[in-house]
Amino acid sequence: MQEKPCRVLYNHPGKTMKEKIIRWVFTVLAFASLVFLLGIVIVLFKEGLPIFKIVSPLNFLFGKSWYPTYSPAEFGILPLILSSFLVTLGALIVCMPLGVGSALYLNELAGNRQKAILKPVIELLASIPSVVYGFFGVVVVTPYLQKTFNLPVGMCALNASLILGIMATPTVCSIAEDALNYVPHSFREASFAVGANRWQTLTQVVIPAAGSGISTAIILGMSRAIGETMTVLMVAGGSSAMPRSFFDPVRPMTAAIAAEMGEAPMGSDHYHALFAIALILFIITFIFNVVAEIISRRFRIKLGLSG
Amino acid sequence: MKKTILLFVAATLLFVQGVKASDRIVMEGSTTVLPIAQKTAEVYMDGNPQAQISVRGGGSSVGITSLIDGTCDIADASRSIKDTELEKAASRGVSPKAHVVAMDGIVLIVNPSNTVNGLTKQQAKDIFTGKVSNWSEVGGRNEKIVSISRDSSSGTFEAFGALVLGGAKVRPDALLQASNQAVVSIVSQTPGAIGYVGLGYVTGAVKSLEFEGVKASKETVLTGKYKVGRPLFMYTNGDPKGATKNFIDFVKSAEGQKIAEQEGFVGLK
Repeated sequence: MQEKPCRVLYNHPGKTMKEKIIRWVFTVLAFASLVFLLGIVIVLFKEGLPIFKIVSPLNFLFGKSWYPTYSPAEFGILPLILSSFLVTLGALIVCMPLGVGSALYLNELAGNRQKAILKPVIELLASIPSVVYGFFGVVVVTPYLQKTFNLPVGMCALNASLILGIMATPTVCSIAEDALNYVPHSFREASFAVGANRWQTLTQVVIPAAGSGISTAIILGMSRAIGETMTVLMVAGGSSAMPRSFFDPVRPMTAAIAAEMGEAPMGSDHYHALFAIALILFIITFIFNVVAEIISRRFRIKLGLSG
Repeated sequence: MKKTILLFVAATLLFVQGVKASDRIVMEGSTTVLPIAQKTAEVYMDGNPQAQISVRGGGSSVGITSLIDGTCDIADASRSIKDTELEKAASRGVSPKAHVVAMDGIVLIVNPSNTVNGLTKQQAKDIFTGKVSNWSEVGGRNEKIVSISRDSSSGTFEAFGALVLGGAKVRPDALLQASNQAVVSIVSQTPGAIGYVGLGYVTGAVKSLEFEGVKASKETVLTGKYKVGRPLFMYTNGDPKGATKNFIDFVKSAEGQKIAEQEGFVGLK
């Protein structure tokens, strides 16, 4: 609501040329991302849809064999979709307690000094390049899992889940922490005033109040995990068989696209199929983000923080 | 405002043109050919300081696509060009010309702890198509076979599929890896693993298997005694000219071929 007076200030009639130009430049910059998004969506549809002339959408989504380079080729991406969901679910199991737990600690329990150390460290996790996570997975987690669970091969869905979970933790933590921060202090004071202790206040007042914000955090964390490419390419194993357990090597959608795009002849069926996978991935993450947005909007309304 | 934009666009175009017009060679394509391309480019630039060669990987198809689009001068490929690509090239007025720059042998590799020393073509095919899943069935220990393959669109996979599998489908539970190094790395870490890589990528961390009783080596690949071998290509648009011609000639020369040998491939001379 503070914007309005500012706008009036800049909109005064005697604008100079310089102001006009600056205003114009920033308008273009602001709309640039819209243009990029539109461009990406158009390309995805244009390059992805032709595959449905070869294979029906139903057979594409629910086919169990992915043999894109044979003749006749088979374009069934169910194993890839299931792989993506499997590693995302695994990542969720890892990042939910880690992310929400650290957010609760930071917001409710940590003193200022601990906060000053912990927050930047958690944020640092987010800035590590995914290829470095991948290396860590290949060199440390893979042999460890192989030995611990006596697996034939350590590159599997569990491996990818663990690492993706760690990678998604900073996203979940910082958004969940914001949500906890948004809970007005008066809520806590009211709770204490009626004699509730800290634990009761936390579990019965603060968390329910921040609940939808925390859900948003988790969904965005999932969105991060399902879209991650380099790490799963390196540690998930890359097998396109139907996954049966967390110990199976899997091939998430992103890994299939990244690994195969370089060698798929441009304009071939395989090429279009990879774009169609990207399209489906885009739709999935889009749904995640819309749901997150709806929940977070409801959350803000609930706390009376503008609609 | 419009004038400013026009000026900006013009400047950008001029800049791009300027870079293109200089004596640069852009080379792109197969990761298998990459070591040869990189090393020969380095040595060539040392001898010819005016030359500027940029080398990129990406895959055979990426290289050929770039050649057709005119964004590279030389496309490295570990397979010969496909008919569909030739048609596309023709429609854009590009006529790709193949230069064989070396031979590559594809070697079956296993973990050093594996007791198996060699496989027949049939055994290799059975393992990679899923008929055989335990090493004891091919004379090894009682251990589950973990088959590692390259991605189904890589040139190495294509050659392996044609030469060893006879076009049959790789078992769905094979681990598909994006690079030769990744295959070597998994095989070296996994006791039951079997994979295949280009001769140039075999290291001490893995054990190479005989194929049909023949050990892969430069001699056996060149004479054709070792059956899983293939030529490696550099494609140019028509007969190479100028700097590109000089470079291709260098790669084919005795010195260039020696570099290919040093990188683990089989020289033609």
